[in-house]
Amino acid sequence: MEKPKMALYWCASCGGCEEAVVDLAEKILDVINLVDIVFWPVAVDFKIDDVEKLPDGSIVASLINGGVRLSEHEHVVKLLRRKSKIVVAYGACSSWGGIPGLANLYDKEEILKYVYGDAPSVDNPGGVRPREKHVEEVELELPSFLPRLLPLDVVIDVDYYIPGCPPTPEVTWKALEILLSGNLPPKGSVLGASDRALCYECPLNNTKPDKILLKDIKRPHQVIVDPEKCLLTQELICLGPVTRGGCGALCIKAAMPCTGCFGSLDEVIDYGGKAVSYFASILDYYTEEDVERILDRLPDPMGVFYRYTLPASRLRGKIKTTMR
Amino acid sequence: MREVIINPITRLEGHGKIVVVLDDAGNCIKAYLQVPELRGFEKFAVGRHAEDMPQITPRICGVCPMAHHMASTKTLDDLYKVDPPEPAKKIREMVYNIFMLEDHALHFYILAGPDFIVGPKAPKTERNVIGVIKKVGNEVALKIIGMRKKLRKLNETIAGKVIHPVFGLPGGISRPLSKEVVEEARKISDEAIEFAEFTYKIFKDIVLKNEEYVNLITSEAYTHRTYYMGLVDDKNRVNFYDGKIRVVSPRGLEYAKFDVHQYLDYIAEHVEPWTYIKFPYLKKVGWRGFIDGEDSGIMSVAPLARLNAAEGMATPRAQEAYEEMYSMLGGKPVHHTLANHWARVIEIIYAAERFRELAYDPDIESRDVRKIPTAIPDVGVGVVEAPRGTLIHHYETDERGVIKKANLLVATQHNAARIALSVDKAARSLIKGGVIDEGLLNMVEMAFRAYDPCHACGTHTLPGNLPIKIYIYNTEGQLIKTIERF
Ligand code: SF4
Ligand code: SF4
Repeated sequence: MEKPKMALYWCASCGGCEEAVVDLAEKILDVINLVDIVFWPVAVDFKIDDVEKLPDGSIVASLINGGVRLSEHEHVVKLLRRKSKIVVAYGACSSWGGIPGLANLYDKEEILKYVYGDAPSVDNPGGVRPREKHVEEVELELPSFLPRLLPLDVVIDVDYYIPGCPPTPEVTWKALEILLSGNLPPKGSVLGASDRALCYECPLNNTKPDKILLKDIKRPHQVIVDPEKCLLTQELICLGPVTRGGCGALCIKAAMPCTGCFGSLDEVIDYGGKAVSYFASILDYYTEEDVERILDRLPDPMGVFYRYTLPASRLRGKIKTTMR
Repeated sequence: MREVIINPITRLEGHGKIVVVLDDAGNCIKAYLQVPELRGFEKFAVGRHAEDMPQITPRICGVCPMAHHMASTKTLDDLYKVDPPEPAKKIREMVYNIFMLEDHALHFYILAGPDFIVGPKAPKTERNVIGVIKKVGNEVALKIIGMRKKLRKLNETIAGKVIHPVFGLPGGISRPLSKEVVEEARKISDEAIEFAEFTYKIFKDIVLKNEEYVNLITSEAYTHRTYYMGLVDDKNRVNFYDGKIRVVSPRGLEYAKFDVHQYLDYIAEHVEPWTYIKFPYLKKVGWRGFIDGEDSGIMSVAPLARLNAAEGMATPRAQEAYEEMYSMLGGKPVHHTLANHWARVIEIIYAAERFRELAYDPDIESRDVRKIPTAIPDVGVGVVEAPRGTLIHHYETDERGVIKKANLLVATQHNAARIALSVDKAARSLIKGGVIDEGLLNMVEMAFRAYDPCHACGTHTLPGNLPIKIYIYNTEGQLIKTIERF
């Protein structure tokens, strides 16, 4: 019997999602035994032309990581959509924009102006900028830098999501098992991770009181934590209560608060909004001054609550282009 | 005029592309390396909490996230004017050497392995990781995979996550090491030494005993006489974690030695309209275009450059290997790009030795790993040697520690101009009279790999093959031929 075909692709990825797949280690060999990888730029030698030649819908599943940042990414993901039965957004960037999605707080011109002009080490008296078409001896082309970073499902139809920045090898493996079992969950499901909040798998959960009321908020550099005690009770913004479980509480085991890289639980539309309202509900304040004081303690709520999800949020960042 | 486009399909169509321009006689007159990658980290850092930067900047590169994490954490020490307790510094440096070891080993076996272990002339079906396994044997292959896994697991335990670590904070690290972790680190460090020795042996047996390889390393096509830059300790020996930045001239003389705070006096970035990458160069020497030599400000970083920029290694076995390399290659500096592989093996030995030294240092058992910063933040600059070269972070904040300005000089960038030189030289020396053969593809591929550039990322291919396709156009712009090498 012919093995099912699979493809993996990266857009504006850091490469961490690719490494996460490589970290499957020996299990990679199992994957190779089970499926026929027809496209994986980082690892196998098939090329985009080969994908173009495949009949539409002949790839069983394409796993795509990284957000869509350049015109070229858009082109390839559309091609993969056409060729694949199932498209999976792999990792935080692809699912909701991820950390590079924070770039949406600035517009394209601001980014280019700083990177190629105002950055302190740049020496560019002529104001040269990379251009999409530039003529030297011949015309040299660069893909265009889109006005903002787009999560995959804004550009193409996405069937499933595998969360994490990056997804852990365990989560990846579980998700692959589901995909290969043929016993597929409803469209839009999150694969491989937990259905419950991170707190439920956190080793400190039994030290978390039923009701928490915070008198203050602290930033991680301001406090030496007790690694044996729930970080929330130590007044750190740990996003465990509003974040999907599945990672095994990696950050918390290193005595650092969860920053939410596994995204939200089912049914939550806006991760950051949910997180803000959760924290608002556990702050112990009475007066306006209290509120002011607490807000002062956290000058960058955007970077804290929307770190991985801004492009997919209701805010979408500074540039309000319409969805495609 | 004709145009040849080499598209490394790896990091697909666009994370690196080469355009070769031919004159009417079919001779190469110019080659461009285009890097179409831009995400704007320096801009969107603005507005963020400074202490979040060690978790934000690793997303620049998930292959070397620890380098950004560490550069960023050190920048925060400087920003908050806080000197971490000795044990914290030692644990950081240990973790960092574990990372360097693991990353270099990946490169040596998986990436360069096919070229040097299997052989540059072996059939391409064997020039991949499977070929490496065949040549070194199953047992050895398992040893390599096993070592990588152990090192990565250890760093996950200490740093929280191996891809995108979280343990670094201004003034130290998030928590002390448990007894079990210390014991485990010691055990693994013993194995690491053995692993490094054995890697060196493989390199000597397979590479150095083969005259053909040695000739290839020293061939003129891969030689550029540029400046070299790297971090050194107070005795001018290579250090990955800390020290002063030292630059030597193409003649091997000290050109500059400076604290990272002065980086803007020495380094500037040049912008070209045909690529998104910026080209750092030595400011006082000046940008003279893509040429090498004493008058051109182009410098090189990464393993060979680090060894050239230093006067030795701080650990005994690495020092021996260092001396061996320079005596075999005829003294310092070595200008042969392909000697980067050799230098990398020497750094593997150093990383393992340094890892072991630190693992057995009683300080790493200490509970004293954090100092809470009290100063008002303002400006911070920090540096480490990433596997691919010098990495500089620079932040300016308001008094609440919110970033107002960020500047990042990333390792691969420092090498970008020299990589462009290598590509240009390979193309010019091979494409003559309209004859374009497979040799070009091989040459270009090998020139790339030696640098292990993140953006060209043929570098991180599992089979170790950089698939390349060349499009050849005639004067009218019609496609007349394509050459593929897959
Ligand atoms: S989700 Fe995280 S690990 Fe994956 S590409 Fe994005 S930044 Fe990298
Ligand atoms: S603890 Fe939170 S931020 Fe850390 S890996 Fe898990 S989900 Fe991601």
